[in-house]
Amino acid sequence: MKLNHLIPLLCLTTAAYAAPETFDFKDPKGVNNAVFKLDAPLESVNGSASGISGTVIFDPENPGATTGTIVVAAESLTVPNPMQKVHLHSEHWLDVGRYTNITFEAKSLGNVKTEGDVTTADVSGTFTLHGVVKDITVPVKFSYLKDKLGARVPKMNGDLLVIRANFTIDRRDFNIMKGQYEDKVADTIELSLSIAGASPK
Amino acid sequence: MKKILQLLAVLVLLAAGTTWLATGANRGWTKTSVMVKTLDPVTGIEGITYQKKFIAGVDFLGVSALLAGLLGGTSLFFRSKKPTQTKN
Repeated sequence: MKLNHLIPLLCLTTAAYAAPETFDFKDPKGVNNAVFKLDAPLESVNGSASGISGTVIFDPENPGATTGTIVVAAESLTVPNPMQKVHLHSEHWLDVGRYTNITFEAKSLGNVKTEGDVTTADVSGTFTLHGVVKDITVPVKFSYLKDKLGARVPKMNGDLLVIRANFTIDRRDFNIMKGQYEDKVADTIELSLSIAGASPK
Repeated sequence: MKKILQLLAVLVLLAAGTTWLATGANRGWTKTSVMVKTLDPVTGIEGITYQKKFIAGVDFLGVSALLAGLLGGTSLFFRSKKPTQTKN
């Protein structure tokens, strides 16, 4: 084979290998979750959300270029006490009938460090909660699991991307009962996100 | 009647206290489900599901104490049975 034949072939192979992948975070196994914790002087509230969707474009060769949006269905927020759940969903608190989604749109990554298949970065983007949009930066860990989709979902081939993030927000910034019930409902909300996205081939 | 109501009040208090202790002496609100975590072996993510389980909280104790108080209070409206005097 002549060299001028090899070059286009090499370019094609390289392009295919380096192409960014789109990961879908709607988990068929329902494992993806976001945990929230509020620790007020009189009361501690722990709960989780399971209605997670969204897409992330991730290039294993260039993780710093990652972009995407993660959406949490507000109605999927659950706490173990049924009355608390009713209050949480009500128009006084999250008003899930009106503000149906909680979203984070990743726009840029900073402080990117990659070791093997694991990348850590400070992800900057817009966080939307209770109809309020705010720019925030959160530390995120990406784990790229090449060809692992089949191990999780039988008869499917592809890659997995696991995203983990722990950060805090202040409910006052999102106009959630600002200045009220501070002894029972903490202003600081600890959020922990553990989600896996699939990129089938 | 007075004694029956007072006995009921004590029973309600005892039952509530026993239930509260037996379900883990939870000092928060009553829960009707508990968070169960299961590990996804491929991704290492801990999936969360909720299992139905009753865990009595301080509100359960409070309502029970209120009910016992009502029963005890109601019993005060009844006169104690006086021993009947027999004439010789």
